Amino acid sequence: MLGLNKADTRLYVIILIMLIFAPFILNPFPDGSSLAQFNAGYPDMMQKLVIFGIFAVGFNILFGLTGYLSFGHAAFLGVGSYAGVWMMKLLTMNVIPALILSVLAAGALSLIIGFVSLRRSGIYFSILTLAFAQMCYSLAYSVLTPITGGETGLQLSLDDPRVIGTSQTASGNIPVPHFFGIEMGQGITIDVGAWSFVFNFGYYFAATVFALAMFLAIRLFRSPFGLMLRAVKSNQSRMSYTGLSSRPYALAAFVISGMYAGLAGGLMVAMDPLAGAERMLWTASGEVVLMTILGGAGTLIGPVLGAGVIVYLESIISTINEAVLHGWFSGLPAWLDSVFVTIIKPFVGEGWHLLLGAVFMLVVIFLPGGIVEGGQRLGRLFRRDGARGRKNGAPKNGAPKNGTDSAEQPGE
Amino acid sequence: MESIILQILNGLDKGSAYALIALGLTLIFGTLGVVNFAHGALFMLGAFVAVTVKNLLNLSFETIDETRLDFLNRPLRVQTPYVEHWFGPEIGATIIDWSVPLALIVAVPVMALIGVAMERGLIRHFYKRPHADQILVTFGLAIVLQEIIKANFGANPIPTPAPEIFIGSFDFGVWLGFDPYAIMYPYWRLVYFGFAAVVVGAVFAFLQFTTFGMVVRAGMADRETVGLLGIDIDKRFVIVFALASIVAGFAGVMYTPILSPNYHMGMDFLVLSFVVVVVGGMGSLAGAVASGFLLGILQSFASMTQVIELIPGINQVVIYLVAVIVLLTRPRGLLGRKGVMEE
Repeated sequence: MLGLNKADTRLYVIILIMLIFAPFILNPFPDGSSLAQFNAGYPDMMQKLVIFGIFAVGFNILFGLTGYLSFGHAAFLGVGSYAGVWMMKLLTMNVIPALILSVLAAGALSLIIGFVSLRRSGIYFSILTLAFAQMCYSLAYSVLTPITGGETGLQLSLDDPRVIGTSQTASGNIPVPHFFGIEMGQGITIDVGAWSFVFNFGYYFAATVFALAMFLAIRLFRSPFGLMLRAVKSNQSRMSYTGLSSRPYALAAFVISGMYAGLAGGLMVAMDPLAGAERMLWTASGEVVLMTILGGAGTLIGPVLGAGVIVYLESIISTINEAVLHGWFSGLPAWLDSVFVTIIKPFVGEGWHLLLGAVFMLVVIFLPGGIVEGGQRLGRLFRRDGARGRKNGAPKNGAPKNGTDSAEQPGE
Repeated sequence: MESIILQILNGLDKGSAYALIALGLTLIFGTLGVVNFAHGALFMLGAFVAVTVKNLLNLSFETIDETRLDFLNRPLRVQTPYVEHWFGPEIGATIIDWSVPLALIVAVPVMALIGVAMERGLIRHFYKRPHADQILVTFGLAIVLQEIIKANFGANPIPTPAPEIFIGSFDFGVWLGFDPYAIMYPYWRLVYFGFAAVVVGAVFAFLQFTTFGMVVRAGMADRETVGLLGIDIDKRFVIVFALASIVAGFAGVMYTPILSPNYHMGMDFLVLSFVVVVVGGMGSLAGAVASGFLLGILQSFASMTQVIELIPGINQVVIYLVAVIVLLTRPRGLLGRKGVMEE
């Protein structure tokens, strides 16, 4: 279908189904029950999931395929956000021009940064991208305040000179982002028994964009161009012996992944029209690295899984506090209850980052291929012919180096 | 003229911190070949050793003084630190006052232990893995360490004052023959600079004049050959790692009066220290120290109002700009050896 092979089509269809039915799938617990806090089927959360999915998929095109570890991708996300808000301020509240400008602005910036940074590889490349991103961040905070809003961030205001559309609504409010008249905040709520499912237009818009981005990524992974990018990762000098310069390919990958980041930034603005410099901070760049590695770099579905897990756990775990923990273990003897709570407490609530750091370390140490590799190992354990396949030459510990092997069979 | 001298002096203390952290970073890279993103966390841990020592010295017990009354007319409760109780009020107060320098003594075993634990427990397993993996795992470790500190000490900066005699400023203007009050410089920053100079000198002397240092330098130059000569180079490199973490810890302990420690200070300094190492040349000790001071001074020059008027925003980006230029024109860094990480 659409130029995808059979396995990819299956994967893609599964993704589409998950996207369409996300409001059901992410809302398994009835409202008001004690497990309702684990529901993720509300619009903000679902939007965040797909947006960070786009960001991670884009990052994976660079890191997963070419092996260049960028520590400055948040800069493109931030620039995309600013560009989107400016488009809304000046032209129209329709999100399409905003998204286009976001992608173009991030693409232009990544062309410049990539052109310079890709002259070096390895750790130097990481530090160069880090340096550039920090530069963007510092400038956005200081000199560029007229454009970026500095510390307060960039927001819409009541006197924006909007060319198409009005600067205020009839009731004197700031107009909201829309897609040819359909507002992002619109939605319908269906109540089924104790459940209430929210179908939010903003989410479905973002999900459509995600589906397109994912389709492009799959095609890119399977294209001859994608093969060239893998060649950049596996052996650059051999590539140059065959008369190919690796730099144009790496630069193209860098710009494409920068544009994905810009698209994610633009979508953030389309859902909630404000942008701040903290989106460009290097810890934000670190976060997308975590997502990609956690899911499995170099695989198609890995970064999406990683982004989903991190975004979901972040919002769920940071709401758990001591009282909730005591509620869980209330059936146990008091001393056991306090033992469990003492052990778990540092990792939940405020301690979410501690859990994230610890899990991330464990993944890098024991499971370099991320969740996808973990799934593959489990699958191999349970399949009979898997054992024979391993005997016939696959590495004994089953650890593909940085997930290059696992890229061939996504979703397994 | 006065303002130029003032800017050089202002750059010295930050430059000293950069130099000390970068020295450890480049030492680890040069010997072990590991890119340690958790080195900033060691700096931060050092600062919190100072905080802990201060808190321990201030541990008090409560006595009720019947002769005096508080504002509610109850007998006054008096907090007496144990130290003052044991050593007498005067000596005790002095010890508490000198908690930051005293923390240096505590920092030696603590930081050495942390360093050895880090190397044996984690980094040892990453020698053969690609640099990207090393960066990632130490990045994760840095997050973990920083969050542990945050959980125990809170997110707010904790003021940790210098001993009382170092509070106040030194009037360089009079000393150099300018007007009084033209160049004021806090005493503690002078102390910090002197301290950094001594530490750097000690590390260099250690590597230059001892047999152990000779083996380490040989290992930096050609690890394989040293191994072939029957020397267990790994064992020495553990000590090098401990040494680097002590140096970073020292830098952190002494920096506390200048910047009240908070949990993210390590990350803030790490990014800049990496830039310092890259500019100085990966694996080059002299380069790290020189470029630490160079970039510190450059940054303070860029913060001058005249310069900012000329090029707005330069104070924010000058260090990164220098790094970019150096990496593109001379990738091995200012004093780097030819061929180190030059691909």
